Amino acid sequence: MTAEPTFHTRARASLADPQIRANFRNAMDGLMGKRTAAFEGWELEELRTLGAAVRQRALSQLPDLLEQLEANCERNGIRVHWARDGEEACKVITELCQQHQARHVIKGKSMVSEEMELNHHLAGAGIEALESDLGEYIVQLAEETPSHIIMPAIHKNTGEISDLMHAKTGTEPRRDVPYLTSAARQQLRTKFMQADVGISGVNFAVAATGTLCLVENEGNGRLTTTVPPVHIAVTGIEKVVGGLEDVAPLLALLTRSATGQHITTYFNMISGPRPEGHLDGPREVHLVLVDNGRSEIWQDDELLETLRCIRCGACMNHCPVYTRVGGHAYGTTYPGPIGKILMPHLQGLAQTQDLPSASSLCGACGEVCPVKIPIPQLLVRLRREAVDGDKLNPSVVRGHGVKRRRLEALVWRLWAWGHARPALYRFGLALAQRLRFLQPRRLGAWTRHRTAPVLASDSLHARMARRDGGSS
Amino acid sequence: MSAREQILGRLRQRKAAVPASEQPDFSVLTRRQWSAGERLDLFRQQIESVHGEVMRVPREDWLTPLVGWLQQREISTLLAPRQHEVGQTLRAGWTAATGNKGPELRAYDRPIEAWKPELFSEVDAALTSTLGGIAETGSLVLWPDADQPRLMSLVPPIHIAVLDADRIYSNWLELLREQDWAAGMPANALLISGPSKTADIEQTLAYGVHGPAELLVLVRQ
Repeated sequence: MTAEPTFHTRARASLADPQIRANFRNAMDGLMGKRTAAFEGWELEELRTLGAAVRQRALSQLPDLLEQLEANCERNGIRVHWARDGEEACKVITELCQQHQARHVIKGKSMVSEEMELNHHLAGAGIEALESDLGEYIVQLAEETPSHIIMPAIHKNTGEISDLMHAKTGTEPRRDVPYLTSAARQQLRTKFMQADVGISGVNFAVAATGTLCLVENEGNGRLTTTVPPVHIAVTGIEKVVGGLEDVAPLLALLTRSATGQHITTYFNMISGPRPEGHLDGPREVHLVLVDNGRSEIWQDDELLETLRCIRCGACMNHCPVYTRVGGHAYGTTYPGPIGKILMPHLQGLAQTQDLPSASSLCGACGEVCPVKIPIPQLLVRLRREAVDGDKLNPSVVRGHGVKRRRLEALVWRLWAWGHARPALYRFGLALAQRLRFLQPRRLGAWTRHRTAPVLASDSLHARMARRDGGSS
Repeated sequence: MSAREQILGRLRQRKAAVPASEQPDFSVLTRRQWSAGERLDLFRQQIESVHGEVMRVPREDWLTPLVGWLQQREISTLLAPRQHEVGQTLRAGWTAATGNKGPELRAYDRPIEAWKPELFSEVDAALTSTLGGIAETGSLVLWPDADQPRLMSLVPPIHIAVLDADRIYSNWLELLREQDWAAGMPANALLISGPSKTADIEQTLAYGVHGPAELLVLVRQ
């Protein structure tokens, strides 16, 4: 064990905090209900199949689509940059900011920028990066990280946010959401006017037209991409789709799965900088395409399905583990079920070994996923990779085998060996039945909240044989 | 080797092709069709459910009800287009309709850099045209241009959009096919569905967090 807190210690701390539990429970219950209501009247299975097919088709043409996206963006006047990892992406963005002598950067919500810790990087170069999404703004004021990919500040209630804004920005300590919201509006409007550069994420990048699509409710994404003289969009390479039509099912699925809305307030499609003669919009638009482990995942047919993700968060909202421990317990950029399959790829299994096991495999995440990512199967796959040893399916994920224990492997080898020899198996079984009074009552973590199962005096085989004999 | 070459190189090196999906079938998106009357009703219902307001107005005289709405709210400045038919009609009939009692008409006639603080703090409302509406989601379609720049529908606290009832489509896919968006996209295209909102503080809805707090749709019939 390292000194760094593990998933288990963090989860235990969250479980012991009634405030966190209540905040998440209320939010997740509400979101599940809203999602169900939003899909009423839809052939949901058919729509999910379409969503999965559209994403899978895009991934099957990934290198071609990326080249097409680049060519069409450049044609539209959007400069395209490539980055092998988060570090390189941060460097590209920092340099772009420096070229424009930028001191103040305003940001729209972007999970990939969290993934590469962009704000930290920019701060190192003396550039202030301010989050403008209300939830992200709150999280930044609190010097925390988002606990949910759609609702970053969901772990806080109104009282906590009111106290925070009072302490950090001097607002009145009122537990009044409209007041707090309008106070944030005033604070951020000044920042929008001063910002030298706006940085946003991308929800879908359309190759055929060179269009960057952004989904949002607040309007901060539109301000970020319109008011400052330079707009830098940053996205993972997997976000590309073929044509505009492909966006239609994904948009229909995304907002309904995420928050139960039929659509968000703004769906913003950007296909170039300010044209000659126009009066607003950025003079320059840049697109930074970030790999950061994605091309690695993409090599494996099964793991690649993770890349279909459209970042709706429905898997979190429906996860019995996430709902109870909250987003921070995972200690990763992407929490919840999708984080459990994505983070091991981005960081390697050595750092994320607890994540694939932090699941009861109940299957809810896979059932609600709008693009049908088989999350439970992928969790099982990663558990196997973490202990290695399947000769037919060699492990490929970085850090595989990190949980392999010699004793455990030996026990299983003996188990397999014994089960392949009937006489030995029967002898072992009889012995275990005779000696069952010796069975320990305590079996580590398993019996902390359960009683240990007791071996039966008789095997199922024997019972069935007796029953068949009696009834004939 | 450049990052571009290395990333594309790695992708091109894949041993076997990625398992392709089944051919996507988009019919699930366009199956629900409504008559013109139903489309208008659904549009209204959807946009009202997200705090938008709909006012049906006669095509020949939509200025009178608009001015009534504005004056009732004591709006003092209104930003409106100059070239678009909507702006021309409005400007031509403005004095008669308002009886010189305001609001004052303004135009977005300078680059944003030249009047940023003014636009951000002195304009009460902005009126724009739309390219159409979407019944299923209660959305307005805007393609901002030199006459109606991007920030018009975003910065002033009230956005008023003019929508012709016969341009309400069932869904977005149908609209983008019929208007042939694939042929060429503008620098910015928008779907707007209600006023700006957030639920980031304990899931409590609040309006006007960054954009307009009010959205009025004038449906011309």
